[in-house]
Amino acid sequence: MQALTNRVKVLDQKPLTFKERLYLPAIFSGMLITFSHLFKKKATINYPEQKRPFSPVFRGLHILNRDEEGRERCTACGLCAVSCPAEAITMESAERQKGEEGLYREEKYAAKYEINMLRCIFCGLCEEACPKDAIYLTETFAPANYSRKSFIYGKPDLLIPDPTKEPEAFAKAQGGIKAHKEKVR
Amino acid sequence: MTNHLNLLPYLSIDFALLFEKLLLIIVVVTGSLVVAMYTTYAERRIAGFLQDRRGPNRAGPFGILQPLADGLKLFMKEDIIPTSSSKWLFIMGPGLAMLTAVMTGAVIPWGSALKIGEKVVSLQIADINIGILFIFGVVSMGVYGIMIGGWASNNKFSLLAAIRGASQIISYELAMGLSLIALLMLTGSLSMKTIVEQQMQGGWGGFLGWNIIYQPLGFLLFLICAFAECNRTPFDLPEAENELNFGYHQEYSSMKLGFYLFAEYINMFISSTVMATLFFGGYDIPFVNEANLANHWGPNIVALLGTVCLLIKSFLFLFVFIWVRWTIPRFRYDQLMDLGWKKMIPLALANMVITGAIVLWLNK
Repeated sequence: MQALTNRVKVLDQKPLTFKERLYLPAIFSGMLITFSHLFKKKATINYPEQKRPFSPVFRGLHILNRDEEGRERCTACGLCAVSCPAEAITMESAERQKGEEGLYREEKYAAKYEINMLRCIFCGLCEEACPKDAIYLTETFAPANYSRKSFIYGKPDLLIPDPTKEPEAFAKAQGGIKAHKEKVR
Repeated sequence: MTNHLNLLPYLSIDFALLFEKLLLIIVVVTGSLVVAMYTTYAERRIAGFLQDRRGPNRAGPFGILQPLADGLKLFMKEDIIPTSSSKWLFIMGPGLAMLTAVMTGAVIPWGSALKIGEKVVSLQIADINIGILFIFGVVSMGVYGIMIGGWASNNKFSLLAAIRGASQIISYELAMGLSLIALLMLTGSLSMKTIVEQQMQGGWGGFLGWNIIYQPLGFLLFLICAFAECNRTPFDLPEAENELNFGYHQEYSSMKLGFYLFAEYINMFISSTVMATLFFGGYDIPFVNEANLANHWGPNIVALLGTVCLLIKSFLFLFVFIWVRWTIPRFRYDQLMDLGWKKMIPLALANMVITGAIVLWLNK
């Protein structure tokens, strides 16, 4: 019969030879193989002490960025929410009042900014949509929790530290963003 | 009438002997329990290494407290006795399995003899002249643990697994006994101690006297049967934990399950020691003349060294048990019976006949 494809393999169903029926040579060679694995490098690591580096394009939890003076960059334009395929982002905008110039960079800001981390698919489209350099995905992943409510991250969870109050923590977060930008590009 | 039937001198109890034996029993039983405990640890650890993993390494340094954690877990679990089971048999099953596993250690010579003051303390609980028969008797009792457990669970799957296990063990016991008959023709004794002492007489400090040199086929058959008797892979059909979800101990929980699993590891240790004793010189230190060494260092140190040597030999066998488990897949049931009845028994018989003929030839 003609074979339909060139991938046909003819099965060899000859009865076992005497050596094969002894089983023992095959068993010994198998045991040698497993024994050699005793000395091989382990495929696993001691997790909490050792961690594997993330891939350069890893997308984890979001942060909301500040500028060097500690002002929030987000202007509540809503592009991130529009771009979000999972509809995980909700926001309410507000107008900047007199005396709030040190808090918000532009006249309009996000009074409420929430990301539902259970909906979020960590695609990073919000980051790409943002015209104001305000939202970034980091290398941390969402920790486990007991309630659904606790997975809705508000502004206090998302904003990075204030450079005027905690300059070191701010620098660290900024460094992370910078590294992230370079990697993605 | 009463005078010549005065049995009092014969009935006087030697309390020192009683104490000595009691102490030895405690040491041997505790020792085999501890070894079994750490065999479970070694099993998981070596399984990890053979599969390029790390194995349990969290509890204590290198995870050496893992067996304690496992034991604690088993103790804390809820102990369920199914309402439809026959309660007493259900409780008796694991107890019997454990009892028979521990009892075998009684006739194994763990070392030559310690000399404490004037007293010579033998490192063997009972040097009975039918030591090997005793082991066979006790080991074949072990099948009752499986049968009773499977029967008392009142679960058809447990019962089927128990029958499977029982027929396997009975089949391989036959080949095991036959493979040893050839050895017994050479030694001419059933006493374990005598067999070890005969092996120590050989050249190269006893090494050339080891029975493995004269009975390689007998040893191979015995080893394979030991795997089957201990329900170890490739013959772990009574359990088959990964596709049949345990066998005869399916209904068991908590420490009763622990007893079954533990008894398996004790059986492994004891059969390793029996193999080391019968075929690998027991407490004989290879390439060393014990008598000369005893003159130098004193008999006690040499006796203890011998015990260490026996333990090292049996640990090597334990390693082989574990190593094989993580290498070879399980036999199918018909293959198992085929191997047992059509290959092992004829081979053992042939070995017996050939050995007998050679013994007769040499003694002519």
